[in-house]
Amino acid sequence: MHLAAVDLLIIATYVGFVLAIGVMLKDRVAHSADFFLAGRSIPAWVAGLAFLSANLGAQEVVGMAASGAKYGMLTSHFYWVGAIPAMVFVGVFMMPFYYGSRARSVPEYLKLRFDEKTRAFNALTFAVMTVFSSGISMYAMGALLRLLLGWNIHASIIVSAVVVLAYIALGGLRSAIYNEVVQFFLIVFGFVPLVWLGLRDVGGWSGLAARVPDTYVRSWHYIGSADANPMGIEWFGMVMGLGFVLSFGYWCTDFLVVQRAMAADSMSAARRTPLIAAVPKMLFPFIVILPGIIALGLTLKPNPGAAAILPQASGGGYDYNMALPMMLGRYYPPGLLGLGITALLASFMSGMAGNVTAFNTVWTYDIYQSYLVRGASDAHYLRIGRATTVVGIAISVATAYAAMRFNNIMDMLQLVFSFVNAPLFATFLLGMFWRRTSGDGAFFGLLAGTLAAALHYELTAVAGGASLVGKLADLHTYPSDMAQNFWGAIWAWSACFAITIVVSLLTRPRPATELTGLVYSLTPRIADRQMAWYARPAAVGIVVLALTLILNVVFW
Amino acid sequence: MTDLRLPLGLLLAFYGVILIATGATAGTLVVGININLWWGGVLLIFGAAMMILARRASGGTQL
Repeated sequence: MHLAAVDLLIIATYVGFVLAIGVMLKDRVAHSADFFLAGRSIPAWVAGLAFLSANLGAQEVVGMAASGAKYGMLTSHFYWVGAIPAMVFVGVFMMPFYYGSRARSVPEYLKLRFDEKTRAFNALTFAVMTVFSSGISMYAMGALLRLLLGWNIHASIIVSAVVVLAYIALGGLRSAIYNEVVQFFLIVFGFVPLVWLGLRDVGGWSGLAARVPDTYVRSWHYIGSADANPMGIEWFGMVMGLGFVLSFGYWCTDFLVVQRAMAADSMSAARRTPLIAAVPKMLFPFIVILPGIIALGLTLKPNPGAAAILPQASGGGYDYNMALPMMLGRYYPPGLLGLGITALLASFMSGMAGNVTAFNTVWTYDIYQSYLVRGASDAHYLRIGRATTVVGIAISVATAYAAMRFNNIMDMLQLVFSFVNAPLFATFLLGMFWRRTSGDGAFFGLLAGTLAAALHYELTAVAGGASLVGKLADLHTYPSDMAQNFWGAIWAWSACFAITIVVSLLTRPRPATELTGLVYSLTPRIADRQMAWYARPAAVGIVVLALTLILNVVFW
Repeated sequence: MTDLRLPLGLLLAFYGVILIATGATAGTLVVGININLWWGGVLLIFGAAMMILARRASGGTQL
């Protein structure tokens, strides 16, 4: 793929713009709370779009198109069963405790609600995971740009790292959030024409449906049994594993996204943040999954005279990860191509910046201030935050180089992260809604859940799949790695839930006076009856869920 | 900087103008559409709307 001068102009303008925002916001960082929490001054719509954008890393955008080509509309479950209900839940039920407790991070909430060791466990695992994730996505970006445009991978990694470093070190979380909003619009405006042109080329939705097997255009129809659909998962494992455990675990407890809501300017804005994000999120399958299905359709039945879109993979089958880039190459002329590449870069940067800002805060508040240097001046922690940005990005770059050298390090890290993440939602659910939950219960529950996830992986196999590490036994064989992943999450969640309850009943609960504002039954309800319906989280949540239900039925 | 919509609108409107100019001079058709021209128009209108909203709100609450 070759870039014209106009494409380079568009890309260069974006890089300049991102840096200009950082420079303009520099003067608004006077205290550590400005740097780490944007001074809790972000209006709801800005926080909402940033909440969505921080998760929209390029792995999400490129990966969802790949998943669309591989699994078809079944991928929509990540949105319409997974993300949306979880986003409504965190806005309506959990945000009152996150925002109301004035905790500055998710680990700090765990400290307030439970104890020091639960916070330390969550803070350390989270810090390690975010900075490694950021490195992995940096490597993915460099590799993609090399493949697509022939850019030097070292230059791609270093330049993007320096740009993200500059705008975060200057303007802190506010700079990251403002840029995330711009990135959101670039991603939408950069990828919508792809769907427009692609659908026109295949002959609309009905033309697309005629080119691919029926399983690829239906979300629910083939999910009765695992053999009937390309994902190899049945409805129960999907709804419970993906929907209830993994999606709620991510959207409700991951500080990367929750941080955006914590930066909102009021309780009402914080609660509406995930709900505002849910509305565009609901429509994102059309932007990120549909191009993948179109790519598959034009590969299985290309138009007369046109080549197939998806390249063959070296090990047989198709190289699904190329779905989105190949679509850009097929349909975008010079000009629009610059916008499309800018959208790709924007999504890489928003993902990286999201990780780095979350890492900064957790490292500085939950590790440095809590265990290393207590009681220093606010200016000291602000300096540490800025320095942490440099260190965090340096570790990310090192991770990117490690990923470049050792092929399976990415898969290994993601596997380990999945063990740590799977049980988290059980801890938060019990912590927020059962006042009897004790600190020991939470800590040992989390440990048990993480061990259960690892043990499940060690004891089961995937049909026809190779394993990353040696297995203890093959007690059960799943039809796909997706099924193994979802069921592993269900086991981890259940182990965490059960052990937390048992240990809590055996240990002393914290007195009720210490739990006000942290637990549902001990926190005064928020009175929002007199507000307009669209400002009431519960009412907006119901509307969002109803629309999601309609989408599920339409694409059944 | 007061209102995020101002720089956002500026960037998108600028991209709109570039795409319109490219579409008008090169005239490349993709699936029968001069996509640069049309999408440039969409970006320009959206960017201008953002800038107008930011102007009307200036003097009010800051972002």
